Amino acid sequence: MAVATDPLLSVKDIVVDFKTRYGIARVLDHVTLDVNSGEILGIVGESGCGKSMTALSIMGLVPDPPGKVTSGSIKIGGMELVGMQLDSLRQIRGKDIGMIFQEPMTSLNPVFTVGEQIAESVRLHENASPKAAMDRAVEMLKAVDIPEAERRARAYPHQLSGGMRQRVMIAMALACRPKVLIADEPTTALDATVQAQIFDLLQDLQEETGTAIILITHDMGAIAELADAVAVMYAGRVVEKGTVDAVLSAPQHPYTKGLITCVPHLEPDPPVERHELMEIPGVVPALTELGKGCAFAPRCGEATEKCSVEEPQLLATGDKHLTACWVAQQERAQ
Amino acid sequence: MTDATPSTKSRASGALTVEDLKVHFGGSRTLFAKGAALVHAVDGVSFSVPAGKTFGVVGESGSGKTTTALAIMRLVPITHGRVILGDTAISDLEKEELRAARRRFQIIFQDPYSSLDPRKRAGAVVREPLDLMQIGKPAERDGMVAELFGQVGLRPEQRALFPHQFSGGQRQRIGLARALSTRPDLIVCDEPVSALDVAIQAQILNLMAKLQRELGLTYLFISHDLGVVQHICDQIAVMYLGQIVEQADRISLFTNPRHPYTKALLAAVPTVHGNKRDRRSRMRLKGDPPSPINLPPGCRFASRCPMAEARCREASPPLEDRGGGHRVSCFLV
Repeated sequence: MAVATDPLLSVKDIVVDFKTRYGIARVLDHVTLDVNSGEILGIVGESGCGKSMTALSIMGLVPDPPGKVTSGSIKIGGMELVGMQLDSLRQIRGKDIGMIFQEPMTSLNPVFTVGEQIAESVRLHENASPKAAMDRAVEMLKAVDIPEAERRARAYPHQLSGGMRQRVMIAMALACRPKVLIADEPTTALDATVQAQIFDLLQDLQEETGTAIILITHDMGAIAELADAVAVMYAGRVVEKGTVDAVLSAPQHPYTKGLITCVPHLEPDPPVERHELMEIPGVVPALTELGKGCAFAPRCGEATEKCSVEEPQLLATGDKHLTACWVAQQERAQ
Repeated sequence: MTDATPSTKSRASGALTVEDLKVHFGGSRTLFAKGAALVHAVDGVSFSVPAGKTFGVVGESGSGKTTTALAIMRLVPITHGRVILGDTAISDLEKEELRAARRRFQIIFQDPYSSLDPRKRAGAVVREPLDLMQIGKPAERDGMVAELFGQVGLRPEQRALFPHQFSGGQRQRIGLARALSTRPDLIVCDEPVSALDVAIQAQILNLMAKLQRELGLTYLFISHDLGVVQHICDQIAVMYLGQIVEQADRISLFTNPRHPYTKALLAAVPTVHGNKRDRRSRMRLKGDPPSPINLPPGCRFASRCPMAEARCREASPPLEDRGGGHRVSCFLV
């Protein structure tokens, strides 16, 4: 979004196709995102909208076959990641870009202690001695507020609680001080009070280290309270992006509006009369069956004839605010 | 609303009363577990729900909310206490009596992907309870299934499809149709929308509200999502480690939360009204809930409570009415 300085991570027009039995599914369709240093970018959308696939393509982890990055560019600090050799890519994963996954239990190795697992990436990327790497692991466990870090470093994943495991994942992802941290629904498996602790931790670490964070979530509340910028995805496309303040206070795309209003938000002062919730009718379309026009048009209350014929581009509809919607763009033009 | 809306059946039959419910697991000496630890999953829970109303139970994992639901459904053994639906003490029923009474209370589960038999067509899934409970004449049952499909917003011709051909929201509709098939008085809803996409949740919640209005159903609604609970429930109980720590009507609970745990839970939920700056000032709990195996004496929340005093660690505070039916178990409020 900032024009003056080059963004730390720049994803430009990335296209990812998957071969399926029913034809080619375009899971990412010209996705363009910039992440600046020290910024938290939120990506929201329903399941299947491509938010996790965006993360995987940045990590060079798109399963190939059946998937393939067909075109586009992903640059970190000016270095092109698309088409990079696996050896070089492995230097970057875990070092320049760290990732935290949804399910800490399935992404930790059950037969190694958590200390060993954190130390592993330090040994690989920084050629540290086993002793030095283990010291760093303990230091990282302390940094993510795990009590009795020396003892916990010798624990196996099953001996830790869910929140503790997610802290270990964060410690692992940050052990090599990456420039970008991708957090893919980091709190879905956790309880509300533990989720709040993890969010606080991410925010603290981000302020201390200046690491840029990409936060993938379906929770608009989390976006409001954590992120600086947000990108809303639908059917493999970014349909709206901008600063959190702009997008949440004045959403332009009917899908974004729907996402915000269809969820019963916790009100400090709930009204006595209850209203029916707004619904977004229908379901997310199959990616193999997308027509020519706007992917959201069949579910959209505001769709015009043009919407089902021609695909809208992501254009400015406000200050630091872009929307891919014919209706919103027309309103802006008037 | 109770008095104004007419319903198809007598009002009283759907009222649910739970008295001092306890569910303990383990503790017995078996071949493999020598004197296994006793888990106090539910430990003295009492509440009542008027017919046609929605009672919400919120809490974190391990708080005993699902076990409470399963005990009311008679799907786990009840250690102590009574569950009364209408004028029937369902906790006292056994065998055939219990089986026959099950048509009056049904359950819908969290995960619509694993709660439907993948090898049965949707129509057969919904028809099964009709056959088992011998509701209507066999020849009429197909028509009844078609009607149920319409009631939950599915097309009757979709009866011939298999569960994998439906989306998550549609599967939850099938689960609802199946629960409705026996014309129950009470439906226990265990996290019915948690597994669904946000845009689909609203469709199911609206459908549930509509069915309640039309059929006078009583809902016991288990959830960890406070926004959803605030929207759909009339009365809400907050559970922590097997006990209710606070209970009130929806307005009173959310505008005037009293128990420190309720306050912390409310403060933990990120909302679209919030922002980065005021996140910091919120109340935060440290650590995870302790295990329900070795419970400390005194208030169960004391170990995480920012306000706890010495007396909190010595005796358990009783759940007392602090006016207007707002019940709180805390010495300090």
